[in-house]
Amino acid sequence: MRNSAIPASNQPRHFTADVLIIGAGAAGMYAAIEAARQGAGSVLLLDRSLIGRGGATVMAQMTVAAAVGPDDDWRHHLADTLAAGRGLCDPALAALLCEVGAECILEMDRWKVGWARAGTGFASVQAPGHDRARCVYVDFLSTGPAVSKALRAQVQRVGDAIRRIGEMLVTDLVVQDGRVTGAVALHVASGAPLTIAAPTTIIATGGLTRLYARNSASANMSGDGYALAMRAGATLLDMEFVQFFPIGHLAPRLIGMDPIMWDPFRYKLGGRLLNGAMQEFVERWGGDAENGTYSTTRDLATHAIIKEVEAGHGSPNGGAWLSFTHVPAAELRAAFGPVIDKLAANGIDLTRDCIEVSPIAHYHMGGVRVDTAMRTDVPGLLCAGEAVGGANGANRLSGNAITEALAFGRLAGAEAARQAAEGAPAFDVAAARPALALLAAEGPAQNTAALVARLQHIMAADVGPFRTAAGLARAAAALAALREEIGTAPPGTPGLAHDLVRLDWLDLRQMLLVAKSVVLAATARTESRGAHQREDFPEMSPSWERNLPLRLRAGVPELA
Amino acid sequence: MPTTTLHIRRGGPGEAPRHDVFELSFEPGESVLDALRRLRIGTDPTLAFRYACLNANACKECMMLLDGKVIYACTARLEARDMRLDPLPNKTLLRDLATVIAPPDERLD
Repeated sequence: MRNSAIPASNQPRHFTADVLIIGAGAAGMYAAIEAARQGAGSVLLLDRSLIGRGGATVMAQMTVAAAVGPDDDWRHHLADTLAAGRGLCDPALAALLCEVGAECILEMDRWKVGWARAGTGFASVQAPGHDRARCVYVDFLSTGPAVSKALRAQVQRVGDAIRRIGEMLVTDLVVQDGRVTGAVALHVASGAPLTIAAPTTIIATGGLTRLYARNSASANMSGDGYALAMRAGATLLDMEFVQFFPIGHLAPRLIGMDPIMWDPFRYKLGGRLLNGAMQEFVERWGGDAENGTYSTTRDLATHAIIKEVEAGHGSPNGGAWLSFTHVPAAELRAAFGPVIDKLAANGIDLTRDCIEVSPIAHYHMGGVRVDTAMRTDVPGLLCAGEAVGGANGANRLSGNAITEALAFGRLAGAEAARQAAEGAPAFDVAAARPALALLAAEGPAQNTAALVARLQHIMAADVGPFRTAAGLARAAAALAALREEIGTAPPGTPGLAHDLVRLDWLDLRQMLLVAKSVVLAATARTESRGAHQREDFPEMSPSWERNLPLRLRAGVPELA
Repeated sequence: MPTTTLHIRRGGPGEAPRHDVFELSFEPGESVLDALRRLRIGTDPTLAFRYACLNANACKECMMLLDGKVIYACTARLEARDMRLDPLPNKTLLRDLATVIAPPDERLD
């Protein structure tokens, strides 16, 4: 490795802002809007992809849970959220999700997101785990893109107070005397490093689905927010709880569609989940017979499909069949209009063909520990959205992810504006030097795309929905070897435009730390609860009804 | 499995344009983006192109030219023939198939 010193004449470009927001999905955009509304004069909204087009929000083609119906109340939603969380929800955070989330849904309606209507109110469906119809949507699988678009338009309406810059990968936070004072970023398009000074920074980078080979979010969900927070001294919790979405699309190859698209089909039309012999099987693994309805929670359905495949009764590609062949063509067309044509373009006729589905990494319940104002343990650092841990406990209720993004984004934005008004210590570029040195370093050539793929396969093989001590130990060793292999400097030379090799290396550095944290927590939790299932400890244990906090000590994640 | 032959425009601004040729087999139904991602993992990790969502046609980042026509790489299907891929001609070239597509007020400059 060669560390090129940065000549004084060539200092990286520097930005200052009242509030720095990392990630421009629903949480980041709502935080930006709220921070500006609460008086922050300069909000800097960054995303590693394009603004409002990456992350998980734009991929959420389904429904949003919120108590906005005439016979509903956020306390009912809270009761369902707590029950789904299997005893591990932070009740205060869960309550904010349900209460503030409902207000955000109404505000989003005023921002013309286009929630589907029924009569005088919003159309809604009853998703598994909810006691009533509570999930609003924008029709024809376009909820996520519509949420992104409405928030982006609102961000633009705010005007000059919010500066938006895409293709900015924040690689490290800058910490001075235990306080976050800004960040170091790589401008991916040009390869140039930057420094940013801000009294308050909000991490809104979403979850860690990219750690898994099969996942349902965008390619940029590397868990980098967790790594940024941990390196800055923040506590993470519940990293072992990765939610797998049970019926992710498996086969035939389907393009131009979200792999979790079958969820809304099941809400509207029921459908039948069948094994390789075309028999219903969910009740054999602890679920209730569905009788053509959609009633099995995500953790149970994931369990049932994996066990059925292990028992040798899977579909040809190693999943389960999903069938709508009993639903008349006119009903399919009425429920999903243009989607039926997209399926036809993929050669799929649901009146004739079953499709294959299997569990796919979808969401992460764990994350950065925050208080009810979204403050982490590190002054100057807030967190919002999926990056926050604790609100959803051991298993997230269907429809809570976008609600959480909106509610926590709004809360974090308000708190950031309040903190920014108090000012902060002057930014000291010396505190940014190690992070800048990393971006200036020139390591040996490596196929980092293949190394990312290897990490994904390690995690999928041994840190999926079902874990054992032996499998987790195998994963820990394989991850350690991978960490050794990537070395300490990104391959190639700095300053190359859109350099995916260096980008993958910088991602791997964060992914390896996050993956290690997941393995550490999963190894420690010797019970099965919600999304964390240990085959060697199949029972839920009352003594484990507690969160698992984790921090970095001397560069290594440790249970706190 | 059928085989496709991709002729991919390489290089950055100011470099003499060239097309690298990659042959790869594919499963019917796979997209051009599937092939590009597979090429990075198996053959050439330096190949530059843009995408954020995975074949969902949600991020709209993977626009490029296929045989001179604008396509989304995530919805264009691979075919058992010569296929030529070029960056968008009316956008500033970053490298290979990646161009500057962010709206002007969401760029660094």
